[in-house]
Amino acid sequence: MDFASYIQILDSTIRLSTPLLLACLAGLFSERAGIFDIGLEGKMLAAAFASAALSYATGNVWVGLLGGIFAALLMSTIHGLASITFRGNQLISGVAINFLASGLTVLLGQNWFQLGGRTPPLGAGARFTEITLPFADDVANIPILGPIYADLISGHSILVYVSFALVPASAWLLYRTRFGLRLRAVGENPAAVDTAGVSVKGMRFAAVCICGVLTGLAGAYLSTALSSGFGREMTAGKGFIALAALIFAKWRPWYALGACLLFGLLEALAIRFQNIDLGLIVLPVQFMQALPYVITVVILAGFIGRAIPPRAGGTPYVKEL
Amino acid sequence: MEKLPKWADAFLVPLVSVFIAFAISGLVILAVGEDPIAALRVMIDGALGSTYGWGYTLYYATNFMFTGLGVAVAFHAGLFNIGGEGQATLGGLGVALVCLFIPWPHWSLALCAAIVSSALFAALWAAIPAWLQAKRGSHIVITTIMFNFIAASLLNYILVNQLRPKGSMDPASARFPQATNLPGLDQVLGLFGIPFSSKTPANISLIIAMICCILVWFLIWHTRLGFAIRAFGKSEKAAVYAGINPVRITLYAMIISGALAGLMAVNTVQGEANRLLLNSVEGAGFIGIAVSLMGRGHPFGVFLAALLFGFLYQGGAELALWTKIPRELITVIQALVILFTGALDQMVRRPIEITFALFKKKEH
Repeated sequence: MDFASYIQILDSTIRLSTPLLLACLAGLFSERAGIFDIGLEGKMLAAAFASAALSYATGNVWVGLLGGIFAALLMSTIHGLASITFRGNQLISGVAINFLASGLTVLLGQNWFQLGGRTPPLGAGARFTEITLPFADDVANIPILGPIYADLISGHSILVYVSFALVPASAWLLYRTRFGLRLRAVGENPAAVDTAGVSVKGMRFAAVCICGVLTGLAGAYLSTALSSGFGREMTAGKGFIALAALIFAKWRPWYALGACLLFGLLEALAIRFQNIDLGLIVLPVQFMQALPYVITVVILAGFIGRAIPPRAGGTPYVKEL
Repeated sequence: MEKLPKWADAFLVPLVSVFIAFAISGLVILAVGEDPIAALRVMIDGALGSTYGWGYTLYYATNFMFTGLGVAVAFHAGLFNIGGEGQATLGGLGVALVCLFIPWPHWSLALCAAIVSSALFAALWAAIPAWLQAKRGSHIVITTIMFNFIAASLLNYILVNQLRPKGSMDPASARFPQATNLPGLDQVLGLFGIPFSSKTPANISLIIAMICCILVWFLIWHTRLGFAIRAFGKSEKAAVYAGINPVRITLYAMIISGALAGLMAVNTVQGEANRLLLNSVEGAGFIGIAVSLMGRGHPFGVFLAALLFGFLYQGGAELALWTKIPRELITVIQALVILFTGALDQMVRRPIEITFALFKKKEH
């Protein structure tokens, strides 16, 4: 394998990591505030469909992006209503959201476009195009560093850069601001936050909404940047891989970046090589596909390191009277 | 707030929830420009209007009884088993291995072996997350989700690289020998002189599913283990104080739960397809969640809810055939049932409780 193929694999790693990273950060905000979210998959799917449909209808990808965010926020509101307002089971609510998105996207897609649940392919203005960073063409001929800059770093859609910029932004928001402190506190000890006069419900709703916006970006990226148009079940488990990455990252932003890049790399490798021949043994492609899940199980079981979720995660807060 | 009477808690609340779910589904049908009443008529005609329709309805209902019971047993122990899908996948592998590699002289022997094997494979697949939860403290919901994906990859690998016959392109096993084919429901009912369509996949597994309903009822409310499971589910601390071993109960509950989900494969793999396909579970593991929530975890409730979902499944297929409504409508209904009977239970329950409280006051 030569240098150019390494660059190619890393390039597709970045592309494939982006939706994982956005969804993973989305889950991070929600779960850090004590709201478990196994509905990341459904929110992404709803957003992917809404943004592709709106982009197609208006011919403007930014309108599509807004539509995607709106759809994911709608799903988030249902989740918030069920798990915060009515103190229902957060896991069951997440399951319901996944099915709601899976059913509604095909139902509406078939009704609007008659393409078996797909949207028509998006034209030039209706999807995010690749951005060429300044001087990318000039430096392309410099050995090693040139291709790294021109092919690996330059030439992605705006959402890729946004998602990577969101990592330090999330870390700053969570660890350096009062909002972040309160958000983490409602996930660990909501009673203490309540005593301090901060609304637990308000904080949790805020977190769930941030989660909605970020899954909206993730979904929009899938259908308007990574591919040009929506296809049924196009998230294909990415929401759950993001959930796995979140656990692998132990609910921390910078670790999340690492976990998502790793899982993106696994996906890129599985796409490029069907079976990987290591000499002694041949790793089948199915092994590569299952690896993120196996890693998560191992991490969660504490065989390598220990992943401890936010302490108040999954339990609705009942105000003391 | 006063407690609801038992009948209201067991029947009224789930009925209202399901009614809301259906009303919203009706609005969705209206929104896509179809007539909900006409759609319902197509579904009833298609699913219940003939013994052919009934055959499919009961075939699907059989799957949902198994997976619904599985989720219910875990729920009683306070465990949320989302892994029915993966457990049923492994159950299918268990069925396929005994049917393919042992020459059975008669279907009844093959059936017994398939039951044991599917339950064993699926129980093992459920036991690992159970052990990890009980011993290592990893969250069972996350682990069972991950195990669904791992099971799918595992089956994909085994089908493509091991079980696929030479020269065949699709990832499926060879056909099982004729002797393993289960008698259809028409043959069973024929013994009693009841005419039934012979063109449906409904088979003797339905009776096994109904027996399982009774066995689970007996287990949960009439055995020591069932009591321990319920006590553990209500309050882990109290159960431990009463001398109940939490590791053992978690393992037992999940093994029983997984085994029930796995039994579904007898119906699909041995009863219908007669070979192991890549996706023979087709989401039935997840529908078990809706069925169990709607049935309030009671086997009789699960039985009724499974029939309803069997009807929805067959009716949905008919809808897709005769109208412009795709069968994904059923996924939407399923989502709404899970949402209202599970997550939004309080929203449905509160107004009912308030109404009851008002009437109580007037009596006094």
